[in-house]
Amino acid sequence: MGMTLQVSQLRKTYRDNVIFDACSYTFKDSMAYAIVGPNGTGKSTFLRMCALLEKPDAGTIDFLHGDRALDKSDGIMRRITLLLPSVGVFNTSVYENVAYGLRVRKCKNTEIEQRVAALLKLVGLHDKMKRRALTLSSGETQRMGLARALAIAPEILMLDEPTAAVDTANYKAITDILLSVKHSMKTTIIFATHDVKLADNIADRVVTVSDGLLMEI
Amino acid sequence: MDLIVEGFRKAFLLIYRLDADLMGIILLSLKVSLTALLIGTVAGVPTGAALSFKRIPFKHALLNIMNTLMGLPPVVVGLFLYLMLSRRGPLGSMGLLYTSSAMIIAQSILAFPIVVSLSYAAINGVSMVIRQAAATLGASQFQCTVAVIKEARYAILSAIMAAFGRLSAEVGAILIVGGNIAGRTRVITSAIVLETDKGDFAVAIALGIVLLCVSLSVNAVLYIISRRGRVGQASEYLWA
Repeated sequence: MGMTLQVSQLRKTYRDNVIFDACSYTFKDSMAYAIVGPNGTGKSTFLRMCALLEKPDAGTIDFLHGDRALDKSDGIMRRITLLLPSVGVFNTSVYENVAYGLRVRKCKNTEIEQRVAALLKLVGLHDKMKRRALTLSSGETQRMGLARALAIAPEILMLDEPTAAVDTANYKAITDILLSVKHSMKTTIIFATHDVKLADNIADRVVTVSDGLLMEI
Repeated sequence: MDLIVEGFRKAFLLIYRLDADLMGIILLSLKVSLTALLIGTVAGVPTGAALSFKRIPFKHALLNIMNTLMGLPPVVVGLFLYLMLSRRGPLGSMGLLYTSSAMIIAQSILAFPIVVSLSYAAINGVSMVIRQAAATLGASQFQCTVAVIKEARYAILSAIMAAFGRLSAEVGAILIVGGNIAGRTRVITSAIVLETDKGDFAVAIALGIVLLCVSLSVNAVLYIISRRGRVGQASEYLWA
């Protein structure tokens, strides 16, 4: 079961500009949402607030499991993830990068090996697992980031511009992976993109940021 | 010219024969500098990390002081420590003056601000996106801190090596608090000063060669570390 994300009366200003004002929206569990719009409209800020990396000026962000609202004691930060547009590559091997989230959860080595191998296969980097991650191309880095995010089996998977700065082959690969995740994992997917085609391909619902609110298209 | 040639010939002979006095001086130098480096590192790296991660009052003032102390003249440290450790000084009863312990204290004082400032810069140089990546993967605050320090490891090592470079070539402070006593507090740099004064250039040159080799080794290690560190730099976060 995925997780429902509910934002209520969210307000966020940035250098006197109101980005969100009284914004309320519910991202239902196990569904895929695309937040579309040009750069600078607040898509990234919204995802960062939902990933608890940034605090809103006002309003609430609630995570619901069924009807039950989760709190800090439920370890929300360990159940959601956000793949940033710049992946944040650790200066180690591809394998260790993907294993990071499992290591911080103190998973057993055998479990880590199995999951990392399966995910690297999924993203097509199985043959590069021993390579230094910083030597990957930008498309490969993005796929590695996706594998790293999926390794922790997040109940909410957020992605900020997952196909920005990737070539056609990697674009197709990432699209296929996201479609596969959508169909095989019970994960709520929320991604920000300026690519309407990607939004149409993957999302069940497409929303846009307009006048400080999230509006369904 | 003959003096120099003859000096070098004798110096190489001393090194080749592993002259006991020469080896004693070299070993004491390494012992003093490495112990001071260890103390400076154990105290300096966590201090640099704390300055980077924690909200500390007067943080910028502290950083300015540390940066200033990086260029602290060793003779000033020597003088200050001498006043503290001399019989009439507040710590005179400890009887540390003219011992290797006093030299280690002096060099630790010199190493500390170098390690603090450069470790701080190294940790701060790790892109914010690394901290955020760790956080988004469920790392606790402590685990995020460890991830950042791990990313800065090459630059921190460079900081430590830079401090060692300064300590191994330092003469002012150890000469004042060590006293240059043969077999007890005579180290490479203070021995070079003494032997040059005496006109025994062979020993001075031999020690100079060893010191140069130490410096070269430090620089070689620094070069290797900086090359690996360059690969370690993360790309900047792109704000969409």
